[in-house]
Amino acid sequence: MAQPNLPNNPDPSPAQPPFVVEMRGIVKRFPGVLANDHVDFELRPGEIHALLGENGAGKSTLMNVLAGLYRQDSGVIKINGVPVTFSSPRDAINAGIGMIHQHFMLVPSQTVTENILLGLDNPRFILNLSRYDSKIAELGKQFGLEVDPRAKIWQLSVGEQQRVEILKMLYRGANVLIMDEPTAVLAPQEIEGLFSILRSMTAQGKSIIFISHKLNEITAIADRVTVLRRGKVTAAGQPARGLTRQQLANLMVGRDVIFNLEKKPVQRGEVVLDIQDVHADNDKGLPALRGVSINVCAGEIVGLAGVAGNGQRELSQVITGLRKCKQGRIYLNGETVSNRSVIFGIQRGMAYIPEDRTHVGTAPNLSVTDNVIMRKYRQSPISQYGLLNMPLAVKYANELKQAYDIIVPHVSTPVRLLSGGNLQRVILAREISGQPQFMVAVQPTRGLDVGAIEGVHRLLLAQREAGAAILLISEELEELLSLSDRIYVIYEGKIMGEVKIEPGEPDPGLIETIGLMMTGTPLEQIEQQGVRVHG
Amino acid sequence: MDLIIVLQAGVATGTVLLFATIGEILAERSGVMNLGVEGMMLIGAMSAFSTTIATGNPWLGVLVAMLFAGLISQIHAFITITLQADQVVSGLALTFLSTGISLVLGEGLSKAGTVSLMPVFSIPVLSQIPILGPIFFTRHSILVYFGYILVPLSWYYINRTRPGMHLRAVGEYPAAADALGINVFRMRYLYVFVGGVMAGLAGATISLAVSPGWFSELTTAGQGWIAVGLVIFAQWDPVRAAVGSYAFGALRRLILDIQGPTMLFGFANPFYYNPYWGFFLQMLPYAFTVIVLVIGSREAMRKRIGAPAALGVPYIRGERGL
Amino acid sequence: MAEKTKLFTRIKFYRIRIEPRLSEPPAWYPPLISVGALILALILGGILIKLAGGDPIRSYAHIAKASFGNIGVISDTIVKATPILMTALACSIAFRMKLWNIGAEGQFIMGAFGASAIVLTKVLPPETSRWVFIPLMMLAGMAGGAIWGFIPGYLKAKFNVNEIISSLMLNYIAVAWVNFWIFAVWTEAGFQMSPKFPLNAWLPRLTDYAQNIPALSGLTTHMGLLFGILAAVILWLVVFRSCWGYEIRLIGDNPQAARYAGVNIAKNTLLVMMLSGALAGLGGMSEVSGMVHRLQTAPIAAGYGFTGIIVAWLSKLNPLAIIFVSILFGALILAGREIQPSGVPKMIQGIILVCLIASDFLLRYRVRIVNTAEEK
Repeated sequence: MAQPNLPNNPDPSPAQPPFVVEMRGIVKRFPGVLANDHVDFELRPGEIHALLGENGAGKSTLMNVLAGLYRQDSGVIKINGVPVTFSSPRDAINAGIGMIHQHFMLVPSQTVTENILLGLDNPRFILNLSRYDSKIAELGKQFGLEVDPRAKIWQLSVGEQQRVEILKMLYRGANVLIMDEPTAVLAPQEIEGLFSILRSMTAQGKSIIFISHKLNEITAIADRVTVLRRGKVTAAGQPARGLTRQQLANLMVGRDVIFNLEKKPVQRGEVVLDIQDVHADNDKGLPALRGVSINVCAGEIVGLAGVAGNGQRELSQVITGLRKCKQGRIYLNGETVSNRSVIFGIQRGMAYIPEDRTHVGTAPNLSVTDNVIMRKYRQSPISQYGLLNMPLAVKYANELKQAYDIIVPHVSTPVRLLSGGNLQRVILAREISGQPQFMVAVQPTRGLDVGAIEGVHRLLLAQREAGAAILLISEELEELLSLSDRIYVIYEGKIMGEVKIEPGEPDPGLIETIGLMMTGTPLEQIEQQGVRVHG
Repeated sequence: MDLIIVLQAGVATGTVLLFATIGEILAERSGVMNLGVEGMMLIGAMSAFSTTIATGNPWLGVLVAMLFAGLISQIHAFITITLQADQVVSGLALTFLSTGISLVLGEGLSKAGTVSLMPVFSIPVLSQIPILGPIFFTRHSILVYFGYILVPLSWYYINRTRPGMHLRAVGEYPAAADALGINVFRMRYLYVFVGGVMAGLAGATISLAVSPGWFSELTTAGQGWIAVGLVIFAQWDPVRAAVGSYAFGALRRLILDIQGPTMLFGFANPFYYNPYWGFFLQMLPYAFTVIVLVIGSREAMRKRIGAPAALGVPYIRGERGL
Repeated sequence: MAEKTKLFTRIKFYRIRIEPRLSEPPAWYPPLISVGALILALILGGILIKLAGGDPIRSYAHIAKASFGNIGVISDTIVKATPILMTALACSIAFRMKLWNIGAEGQFIMGAFGASAIVLTKVLPPETSRWVFIPLMMLAGMAGGAIWGFIPGYLKAKFNVNEIISSLMLNYIAVAWVNFWIFAVWTEAGFQMSPKFPLNAWLPRLTDYAQNIPALSGLTTHMGLLFGILAAVILWLVVFRSCWGYEIRLIGDNPQAARYAGVNIAKNTLLVMMLSGALAGLGGMSEVSGMVHRLQTAPIAAGYGFTGIIVAWLSKLNPLAIIFVSILFGALILAGREIQPSGVPKMIQGIILVCLIASDFLLRYRVRIVNTAEEK
């Protein structure tokens, strides 16, 4: 086996330390934030240990310290009972600790084998890849991680890329695997597959740290749980069995969480957005949408579920005029909006919350004022005869700042200095304030903490009650289930089916159906095969 | 006008572009665009020439040129890698700075007279090959022959070796390389240095082999910029860079030589009888650079490939989804 | 000895820490940093002059005296600053959109060519009124520059061709083009220059009014300065107070956000490159019509386009700041002509730009010396 740096099982010393990893009193400060405040963490051999916490609770920081990417300000790390100091990720890897980041650390233009060999001392100079291809295929077989070693990363699915990441760490002889939100990008069935891989690894003596904020996964896979809240430990290594979701949520958030948002019944109105048989290409020129037909009515939230990269991004862009539609049509209140300009949609009351707040939704070095007028700077009274009425724009920005609780000293502050939640409020304020008839919201809560998520959800529901038609594109099934009136499922650019959501706790059969559709089984086929179907 | 002689001289002229282009390819592959090639070449040409005058040893001249240009490239490295400044502006600044320095230090050099140049020789057997022999293997400077070796060598290095793989990774996805313990900052400093060294070598090739002497800014006459353009045409591939460089070298020689003879292909030579038309000939290399850029950019758009993904983006540890 | 160890242990607790800024620095901070960078650059330049065998203090004193010593040289400084002002404005608007137009040099030359063509093609008789001549020359100059800006803009918008290299290549082509005309067509008695323009094609100068106000005698400051100041004010309004300027700023900061806001990037690429070219072209016109009074390569292709890049950057792309900074650089170039070795002004410009870019780091990060012992 190729385990160049670390003996997998050190000499069988009689007194094996009880912990593979022991972190004591870890403190890590960032400018303005105390990310880890004397955190203790213990990992036993062969266990799956869940690390739970909201966004910004300090889980990723703690694990980046363990993986050698950050150095702690104070505190001790012990590996197999021996104190260590990591000054680089390489040190951590040499000590048997491998981290699998949420955003995969894979070079898209290189092959699987090249990615796995990256940074290793062997081969020394000349790359004879074919020799290593077979080694890697063999290692994959051992853990049930089959993937073609010669394939380029960009050709692989997200699930396969994750396997490459795991292989990369196993190849380096990792004993401890840190997985940062590994299920975020997977469909329910793929998640099951990942879980069985994790179990087979612990059976072979590996230990796993599983970072998540999804409560149901933790009760499903973890042996023990450590919960972080605002940089502090609120539960240390408690057995996962026996903890309810409500208890975990309390530990994580520190107050009772209302799982079911109050969704008032709203009379569904006319069809506002009508998408008919839309085809479009992605950035690489490959077909991303192959005949999508959906509609959204006034006063309803329609969810679009699907694993990332199945055409959601492209669909939102086609609707808003940012992408060419090769075939088919999109109507907004009966008027064609496909293949028109972005302005055409804006002028007809189309609001858009893009997926990527910092790279698409805002101009980071421009002020809050400049950012809130982004989609209405052409309209009177802000613009007159091609000139901007800046005093009015500033007044308008201050009004939004008040109404939407944007925390910023002054509206002339560049938005790059705003936190994620504040930035999202700037975008929401801008998009909602025009009382849109129709809104596309793509991943509106990604990366926000629980409080901020709740705020976004309330705003979306308020829009629904005001009679707006909302298309909500999200990878968080839970979010879709709690907000939507109907859900479409997209897979490889095709709609697999549509389900209605009744108020109340969704039953498992419905989730299973959606999961099957997310992995490419059309609804009719599921119905034929006799799976219980709702809607 | 003997076409073989023009092409023979063209290969030598093209070697200048070849060195500069390959150096810039290596720097850009690591994610750092250095627009200061023109300035670094001037530094190289000036320091090679003045060292050779002072010591009489052209080898030492080439060495000093490479070191000096490599050293000055580290200003750009510091500003863009450590201080994370915009690579375009920093590259322009480096051009101004090194042009200025080479003018100051090269003061009076143009009147220095002749120096001993790099050795010129023919390759015994290869020079006997018809057509190719006289063009590629006859009476060339040793630097030209070094260029022939450099092309396959750099291609092999980038695509088939471990450090080359690391180089590509750093330019495509530095965070991934960093997470596996590859020192992104050190790699980028290193390849910016290599780019500088190669630009210095290119400059030395002008002043000690191709057109000996020091003619202040006219020594390079925009060849550094043409090299930056060729990198795009070459799609960051040394072999394509070689094709482009030698073609441009041949073009430059053709422009110089075409005005000489009274007859051209049996017709009266218009460039001989209307010497002012020479100004239009002078435009050609620059116009061709633009055309070649269009070709390269269109190809990149069509194939949806192109620059290393992280080109021009400073790497800041801890960002990018960590 | 013991003292020394004690000092060391105390120093050991102090570390330099670099942190990203989380709030905006006060308004006085950025200019202070720029001035600091400028001073540092002059010191570094002095060291290099010393190394090259010159006398830095005398060089700088000479620059100050030769450019601001009396009203006459101040006027000369302003004359030198006028073309820089125009090219810097040209660069600033393109850079604002992150369009790296480094072809202001070529656009300047083509502007000079266009304006000269009005005179030299003799479409107008030499006794035509100034009121006809000057506006026509301005239009032709701006058109010449705009065309030269249009080419890289079009290639960028249509084929995504790197505008840095294409605009730079056009500089060389512009020089060869003008050379062709002054050698082959408009040559004056075989010299490499055109004949002098008729007086009606000259921009009014201060010295022209010496009959009424004797104090103005000999002052060559011409109306180009007015064009420049007017252009700067208008440009400021366009950038910060107009919808178009808003679009330009948006594209410059985040093109994806601009697309999302419905801004047409290709169209703006073309328009901004043409505006940039037209401004540089107007500079070329004002130089031939106000200063050189004939078409000649050497005084026109004198690197104003490149100095404009540095001035635009030093002014943080602010059109009003450009007015003052270009006067500083006018002084440097004017006085620099007599400094030995002759490359010194160029070198100092390079050092200034390097220091400026480096100093931007201090705007984004703060460097603190912290006492790690106290942090517990």
